[in-house]
Amino acid sequence: MHIHRLEKIWLAFGMGILAVFVAVLAVAAIGEGFVPPSNIQTIDPTKVAETPPFDHPGLRKVGDHAYEAYYVAHIFSFDPATITVPRGSRVTFYVTSSDVEHGFSIPATGVNTMVTPGWVSTVSHTFSDAGTFILMCNEFCGIAHQTMAAKVVVQ
Amino acid sequence: MTAGPASADPVGTALWPKDNEKFDLSREAGDLLVLTHIYTATLVLGVGALFGLLQGFSRASWITMPAWFDYYRMLTAHGVLMALVFTTFFITGLLTYATYRSIPRVRSVRLNWIGWSVMSIGTVVTALTILSGNATVLYTFYAPLKASPTFYLGATLLVAGTWFVAYDLIENVVWFKRRNPGTLIPLPAFVSVCTMIMWVIATLGVTAEMLILIPWSLGWTPGVDVSLTRMLFWYFGHPLVYFWIMGAYVIWYLVVPTAFGGTVFSDALTRLAFVSLLLLSTPVGLHHEYLDPGISPGWKFLHTVLTFGVVIPSFMTAFAIFATFEIAARKAGVTGFFNIVRWLPWKDPAFAGPGFGMILFIFGGFGGIVNASYSMDVLVHNTMWIVGHFHITVGGPVALTFVGAAYRLVPSLARRRLFAPKLALASIYLWFVGMVIMSFSMHWAGLLGVPRRTSDVSYAGAVGAAAWHTPMVGAAVGGTLVALGVLFFVIVATGTYTTNRRDEDNPDLAFAPLDAEAANTPPVLDKLGRWAALAIVLAILAYAGPLTQQLSAHAYLAPGMRTW
Repeated sequence: MHIHRLEKIWLAFGMGILAVFVAVLAVAAIGEGFVPPSNIQTIDPTKVAETPPFDHPGLRKVGDHAYEAYYVAHIFSFDPATITVPRGSRVTFYVTSSDVEHGFSIPATGVNTMVTPGWVSTVSHTFSDAGTFILMCNEFCGIAHQTMAAKVVVQ
Repeated sequence: MTAGPASADPVGTALWPKDNEKFDLSREAGDLLVLTHIYTATLVLGVGALFGLLQGFSRASWITMPAWFDYYRMLTAHGVLMALVFTTFFITGLLTYATYRSIPRVRSVRLNWIGWSVMSIGTVVTALTILSGNATVLYTFYAPLKASPTFYLGATLLVAGTWFVAYDLIENVVWFKRRNPGTLIPLPAFVSVCTMIMWVIATLGVTAEMLILIPWSLGWTPGVDVSLTRMLFWYFGHPLVYFWIMGAYVIWYLVVPTAFGGTVFSDALTRLAFVSLLLLSTPVGLHHEYLDPGISPGWKFLHTVLTFGVVIPSFMTAFAIFATFEIAARKAGVTGFFNIVRWLPWKDPAFAGPGFGMILFIFGGFGGIVNASYSMDVLVHNTMWIVGHFHITVGGPVALTFVGAAYRLVPSLARRRLFAPKLALASIYLWFVGMVIMSFSMHWAGLLGVPRRTSDVSYAGAVGAAAWHTPMVGAAVGGTLVALGVLFFVIVATGTYTTNRRDEDNPDLAFAPLDAEAANTPPVLDKLGRWAALAIVLAILAYAGPLTQQLSAHAYLAPGMRTW
């Protein structure tokens, strides 16, 4: 099939750029660990309240500037509603839903994951700056979805 | 439709009854059918735009929706009507037109009418369920939000109706091939049927999802595997996007050149672009689930690579369209980039619609690559950026192209002159300017962190949310202009039929001829059946892994809930 010379150049250029993009993403994923949250761990969504560690949601200190935060998402709030960590803390969030699909997002950070009933989602972030961050549900979950938010206080 | 010179041709519809008396043999019958598809799309667009306008006002805090017609109910109606109904009716109409016109024959249009009827019944049932507040589940209807069964049943009918249309169009191509072995399928029919085959393969996903959700919504099954339904939805949800784009490409390749006496740049490359879209539109859906638990990063990366692959036919299209511009301009003695841009018929609404759509699509493409970029998606997922992205793709390039084409199609089918051509032109310019303002505001809001699918972004006066109001006002201002553009379009489209008298001299919506210098087409490109089989194989390969992974994790079943 005949392809115009200029079109060959154009397509080679386009595919070359796409190849560079894929390579950058692959290097970032393998070298730097930039991988979207993809935890594979199931939980019975009807028994979240009696399943450890989600029977006692909250913040646990696991090391120097290292924390684990266990959250239950349910209409229309997060449990715990507020956590406070010192500046420079690395927090690993574990979230599950006891009802419908929710989102778990802290704008201006890389914290963003879906919370699907039946699964536990995880995402980590190091809070370098002090401030009060909004932790919000960013997937429609019901009539008062816009009120579903919590706070992360970094001191 | 067109009986053509060979009116002695046997009536061909393998499936349908043979009582020739009841066949609609005239061109008028086909015209009325297509016109009905287009007007149905027009009506739905008008209603959907009104809801969109009110959403913009709500988010800018100019109004608060009352409890009896809350924001999320309206958002569901807007999404379903625009994404699933308006586009589908327009495309089925357009593809029917392209197939019928390029394969002249005596034909029955009954099967296609049945398709339209089933689609319409499904739309009415679904819309009434949403408007009555019994399906506030948004257009993605993620379980375990549980709508009334009529929502799922209606949506299934909408999809099932399109299969009748698909069967009708495929039957026409099969009929042509039987009588003309060794001849290429006429290009308009080829691209139409290629698009419809892609659509049928894609809708298998949502149909499978409905087979899970319908019994569950009726209370026959206790729970659903939520992540399975999400995967089935996005198996359908992304090719849905390419269904819109292929519909727009049909017009870009074949109709737009007629506005300036241009030609189709290459028959072979047009077919290659559509075949590539048929192959690559489906195995990419996981890029909507990058942030989902239960799918390993490897499968997500596979879909990243495949998503980048589906960009290639768009590169080919960009080249072909600009080549068409330049070849026609040079023939008219116009050279130089800016001279050619100026020379194009920007005062013809049928050109200006697709033309401005192409400009918007450049930005839509940029944003799309960001969204598809694996780890980068974390920054924009479920923010207003995404809303900005799909408005500058489906609400710009696709819808503006359809509106522009309708300014040719409606007069052509109704045999009437276009009503108020200046209003038609104004609709395109308002829409374009409004979409630029609205979409850029939404992208900006998304980068600030504003979430999508939320009636109110104030978060009780939280500090981080203070900067979020301004871009929402920008989106509302832009949205107002777009809604005015839609209103003008609806006035022109209906005015053409109701106020103007019949005018038999009104020209048809024609398809551009092939460029004289275009090379021959390899016959293999014409083998739609083989490409369809390969498309199915690719879809299976891309989904077998992640699907097995989810099913083998023994996810728990979630009971349905009504949280609105």
